[in-house]
Amino acid sequence: MRQRRKPRLDTGSLFCHVLLMCGAACAIFPFFWMVVSSLKPATDALLFGRVFTTSWRPENYVEAWHAAPFGRYFINSFLVAFLVSAGTIFTSATAAYAFARLRFPGKQIVYGAYMATVMIPFEVSLIPNFVIIKSLGWFNTYPALIVPWLSSAFAIFLLRQFFLSLPSDYYDAAEIDGCGHWQFLWRVAMPIAKPAIVTVGLFAFLGSYNALLWPLIVTKETRMRVIQVGLAAFMSEEVTQFHLLMAASTIAILPTVILYFVAQRQFVEGAVSVGIKG
Amino acid sequence: MSRSGSGARRDDRLSAILFLFPSTLVLATFGLVPIGFALYISLFKWGLARERFLGLENYVRALTSPEWWNALLVTLYYVLGVVPISLVLAIVLANVLFRVARGVGAYRTVYFLPYVTSTVAAAMVWSWIFHPQWGVVNAVLERLHLPTQRWLLEPRGIIELLVAPLGVEVPAWAAGPSLALVVLILFAIWYSIGFDTVVLLAALSNVPRELEDAARIDGASTVKLARYVTIPLLSPTLFFLAIISVIRSFQAFNHIYVLTGGGPLDTTCNATMYIFRSFYQYTKVGYGSAAAVLLFLIIVVLTVFQTRLLSRWVHY
Repeated sequence: MRQRRKPRLDTGSLFCHVLLMCGAACAIFPFFWMVVSSLKPATDALLFGRVFTTSWRPENYVEAWHAAPFGRYFINSFLVAFLVSAGTIFTSATAAYAFARLRFPGKQIVYGAYMATVMIPFEVSLIPNFVIIKSLGWFNTYPALIVPWLSSAFAIFLLRQFFLSLPSDYYDAAEIDGCGHWQFLWRVAMPIAKPAIVTVGLFAFLGSYNALLWPLIVTKETRMRVIQVGLAAFMSEEVTQFHLLMAASTIAILPTVILYFVAQRQFVEGAVSVGIKG
Repeated sequence: MSRSGSGARRDDRLSAILFLFPSTLVLATFGLVPIGFALYISLFKWGLARERFLGLENYVRALTSPEWWNALLVTLYYVLGVVPISLVLAIVLANVLFRVARGVGAYRTVYFLPYVTSTVAAAMVWSWIFHPQWGVVNAVLERLHLPTQRWLLEPRGIIELLVAPLGVEVPAWAAGPSLALVVLILFAIWYSIGFDTVVLLAALSNVPRELEDAARIDGASTVKLARYVTIPLLSPTLFFLAIISVIRSFQAFNHIYVLTGGGPLDTTCNATMYIFRSFYQYTKVGYGSAAAVLLFLIIVVLTVFQTRLLSRWVHY
């Protein structure tokens, strides 16, 4: 894919590596510090001098897990994030297909309106959306956490690009076989579009899992909290228990980090396709 | 985009309506309609429910409120701190990464990592690292016999702090962003730099090698090569990153909520935090909406201005 220069070990490339190592150290230090602190006894966590000289306490994780209903928070977060990404894939795939392959009047205008929603800053729609949710009677319910995020202009944009790039022979062949648009989308286009769909799903999942502001304002009871809201609340309750706070943070970060390592290529390609084709 | 046999086929109006219905319902209800609705709400005294029509009074109150202007100043400091620094650092990192032969994948993995982690959890770690009493940063400063800082609890401006040991006193307007805000800016840079770097690295890989080689044969120096070949070819990507970075900085909330909550002395209360507080803590829904609409206008003007300014040197 990429052309690389011949490897050469001179002072120049040594300098490059030193620079990159420093950058990498800065990027990773907070994670390192989080894990180290999460494994220390309460008193030692407070002493910088005892970074490595203490006994390790994995029990902190058990203690942190039971200090707040983290199980419940996780179930909420996973449920919401999963439904948001599944819904986003569905609504975006059909819309993207319509924009890429169907012919109807006013297509450009409708597409423009769709894309305009990307430009709208979240703070502006925050209050009206809250009022809408309340008037629908959805306050403190799952629909409030899920429904507003069930579509994404970014996902539609990405999938449309993909559908446009499919050779039109496929469509012609399908048409001759008497295959309708609906069937074609699900039987032919979607399986081919799998990489793009995985990217869309991952970003939707990540966005939903990591969201704080919206779940914070539309939920009230502890049982409706998602992990980010629960974690923020845990922090204000256990201000001084840093070993527990760090254990809880590690637990909260773990799912997305695992996801990242499993599907790293899709994440990077997703970022790149937004940045370059966008 | 070839469409064989165009004209002969009927249009797909019915399918289109079906295919577009779900996403339109969501995007219209929670994306477009709220803009108009925000305008409507902002014209009322609106607490838990609509109370009475105020006209433009909410706007007048916002525009005459020192807190709102402070929130805009904080937002400005934040944007000016985050956007240029993270872009320049990302350009440097991407270029260096592009030059090295080994370990590109590993570096990329590490740089991108903060971007996928939750801001809430990451912010909690930062609050621990910068803790005034037990934080590792102050512990290191102490060992180096340097003065420790209050970091996230420090409302004094960074310039004020820097010149204080010299015995110079700066006027309030020149104090600069508070040290707490500087830590938040560092956090934002740390968080987003991997994304910028990865995108720029991919853009660099798309620069045709022949162009660079040709320029080199013609005797172009590295600086000239960057100035006349590489940067113009990267300009659409830089332009895109600048725009989204500005938009993102305007929306910053999560880490501010966790790290400072807008304090100390409101020196980290940006526009988003201000809107959140007026609406969520003080239940001033109408007033919060007016502030949000004002912020929206600022972002629109800024984006148009940025597009005009930057499109002059963007080469597609």
